Amino acid sequence: MKLTYYPGCTLNTVAKQFDASAKKSALELGFEMDELSEWNCCGASFPLTPDNIMGLSAPTKVLAQARKAGDTVMTLCSVCYNVLKRTNKVIRDDTDRRDVVCGFIEEDYDGSIDVLHFLEVLRDRVGFEKVKEAVKRPLEGLKAGAYYGCMLLRPFEDMGIDNCEDPTIFEDLLKALGCEPVGFPNKIECCGSHLALGKDNEEIVTKLSGNVMQSAAGSGAELIVTSCPLCQYNLDGAQEKLEASMPGYRPVPIVYFTQILGLSLGQSETELGLDTSRWDARPLLKEKGI
Amino acid sequence: MMHKLAKDDIQSDILGQIERVSGEELNKCYQCGNCTGSCPVSFAMEIPPTKTIRMLQLGRVDDVLKANSMWLCVSCLQCYSRCPKAVSAANLFEALRQLSLRKGESHEEIKDLPFPFLKGAPQQAIVSGFRKFVS
Repeated sequence: MKLTYYPGCTLNTVAKQFDASAKKSALELGFEMDELSEWNCCGASFPLTPDNIMGLSAPTKVLAQARKAGDTVMTLCSVCYNVLKRTNKVIRDDTDRRDVVCGFIEEDYDGSIDVLHFLEVLRDRVGFEKVKEAVKRPLEGLKAGAYYGCMLLRPFEDMGIDNCEDPTIFEDLLKALGCEPVGFPNKIECCGSHLALGKDNEEIVTKLSGNVMQSAAGSGAELIVTSCPLCQYNLDGAQEKLEASMPGYRPVPIVYFTQILGLSLGQSETELGLDTSRWDARPLLKEKGI
Repeated sequence: MMHKLAKDDIQSDILGQIERVSGEELNKCYQCGNCTGSCPVSFAMEIPPTKTIRMLQLGRVDDVLKANSMWLCVSCLQCYSRCPKAVSAANLFEALRQLSLRKGESHEEIKDLPFPFLKGAPQQAIVSGFRKFVS
């Protein structure tokens, strides 16, 4: 199986380990990620106001390029997934906006592609049972917190990957890898997202990400698994502040789900980029005998 | 503070513009408060989502535009997700931001962004931040 793959801006730069670990794991699970030969940034935020037609042009361009390569396009980043999937729905269902956007970008595209997330491919095409069979190094005893954030799940009628109030797709994958998945109350709450850019917002981002981390740590998570580079950035940063301001707070590693997947499939820690994380997961893995 | 409710306020052009840009119908909201209860940033907003919608229903656009609320909305859609009337406070906040940005008034200046942020942050933070804050 060969799937057209759209990496997006961040996976090509600061989240290279997310991209590399996914590509390698995919091969081991029997499918190939075929990167689009030409692509542009998706815009990193779906235009929430329906009259902002310009905001649809970048993601539509990506979708049109992908359609030339096949009938599905797969992403890893939660934000790309959200933007592409929601844009695709608009282009498919709203012919007025489709005409304007496609006229502007000079593409003939009708919304007939399926936008998939890597997690969906694992669940629906490969199957978690198959993933389990492929595991070479079961991550036994590792209490991994499943953090979804917002973009993967909401709005439910557009995304539909899982129940938006109580999703389990991460936990199901983690279970297949031999981990002990930890669901926690704040697993679907926002990390602070683009407020990371605001000059006066540091405290708010720290509070939001801090709430997520305290909720996860309070539920016993020793490591957090995410599918969004921005979540990772915000959570990483918040832990620095928590460590400084909260006596007894122990930062936990924040890793991409594909890094954990790759680890269980036998890839080495350096190959997975685990040595470059802000909060090192290696001592924890050593302690667990993994 | 007494607020005089005038027909001109609740039928103003700007309210029509907010509804058109956001795609939301203000009068659908019956003030249950689910959005404010679900919003992760309502604690820091000068006017929380439910109250913002009420004030818009009453035509108090100027007060709403002066508040920090629209610049703090993280667009996580928890408000919309839990709204029994399918009103999206996030879309309304986006419309309010757009009205301000389309006048050429940026909320953040690119030149003020600290270098360590530009160097270390994921590109998606920069791109989405520009879309939300820069005209």
